Amino acid sequence: MTCDEARILLHALLDNELDAGHAREVEAHVAGCPNCTVELAAQREMQRVLADTNLRYTAPASLRSRIEASLPQAQRQQPSRRAVLRGFAMGSAVSALAASGVVAVVLRQDDQQRILSEVVSAHLRSLQAGHLTDVVSTDQHTVKPWFNGKLDVAPPVIDLTAQGFTLVGGRLDYIDARAIGAVVYKRRQHVINLFVSQTASTEHRPPKTQSMQGFNCRRWGDRGLNFWAVSDLGADELAEFVDKFDAAMKANVEG
Amino acid sequence: MPATDDVQKAQRFREAALPHLDDVYTLARYLLRDASDAEDAVQECYLRALKHFDSYRGPAMKPWLFAILRNVCNAEYARRAHRPTPIEDTPGAAEQTPLWQETEANPETEVLRSRDAGAIRKLIDTLAEPFKETFVLREINNLSYREIAEAVGVPVGTVMSRLARARAMLRAAWMAGEEQAR
Ligand SMILES: [Zn+2]
Repeated sequence: MTCDEARILLHALLDNELDAGHAREVEAHVAGCPNCTVELAAQREMQRVLADTNLRYTAPASLRSRIEASLPQAQRQQPSRRAVLRGFAMGSAVSALAASGVVAVVLRQDDQQRILSEVVSAHLRSLQAGHLTDVVSTDQHTVKPWFNGKLDVAPPVIDLTAQGFTLVGGRLDYIDARAIGAVVYKRRQHVINLFVSQTASTEHRPPKTQSMQGFNCRRWGDRGLNFWAVSDLGADELAEFVDKFDAAMKANVEG
Repeated sequence: MPATDDVQKAQRFREAALPHLDDVYTLARYLLRDASDAEDAVQECYLRALKHFDSYRGPAMKPWLFAILRNVCNAEYARRAHRPTPIEDTPGAAEQTPLWQETEANPETEVLRSRDAGAIRKLIDTLAEPFKETFVLREINNLSYREIAEAVGVPVGTVMSRLARARAMLRAAWMAGEEQAR
């Protein structure tokens, strides 16, 4: 073995990359060669110092998150929609929704007036004897599951008895040729129908009251749902109902 | 919205590739000698790696990532008009660096004084390519000779001679620094 060969192979020796036969050859040369002995010792010394020094760099956290963010993520729905689903629509309704795909009710602006008249008609029908409720219960835990499987998305059912609006039951109704959930409340002897339908729009639409045929209708949109609250209550009390409902729903979703 | 298998693929990729982020970033820092260029290169490296993850057959993830990073860095070298030297095996002045300094005058092994990491990093930065790359892959990224050969795309014998030269050059620079300090 020449010194030139040994000067290369002694690194492989230091790095434990040589098989036993070549290792013995290199060691034999070094043992008989003062120059290579010095070189091996010097390189061993340098390797030791290098091993004792942290020469690595640490990737900044911002880089890590940038890379994380660029990877395809697990299906991310609109947070608002997901929050609503977590909040009230469980079990079969969610499965049915997932299986069928979201069939959204998209309302065109010029349809609003026609929808309003249908909502008021549905309210009037519900006031006929025996038509108000399909499920009669003041317990939201009874009313809520009843909707599951009957609609793509079950409506939020929130007990507002403590806030002065008594939950009396739920009903399937038809608005715009679609099945829609109606949650029924009473204040004193006044009936409130809360119609809820799904919509493609997730934007928040602030509540707005309109009157038709002597009824007040307050409608709004939130978290991918359209709401119509209809009653012969005065506009003030209906607005109060909507405020209480909205607050309870926010608490429900966030809690 | 990404398909489910894309998400699963991303998850497998995340588990296989992200643990090596510091290693990849370390190599990028030494190759590019600039923190922000290194970040960009590493991000690009991971994007390309994900894209080609289907064709990845293993066994070792690290050399595979390093091979991708090298390509990204070579593109960066090409972009840098003022530094148009790609990593390739071009015989240059560095190749003429003797493998050892004559030591007859001083047969005692000189003990290298410990230096702080910053000073040693600077010394490593002065190494010419492709020697620096080989040195970092072995000494800092802890790749075996075979893995370095795989990442760089050269025979193991070339890895050995480059590494020997890199260490000889580094030691020479180190000793020169100590001479100046005296
Ligand atoms: Zn020798």
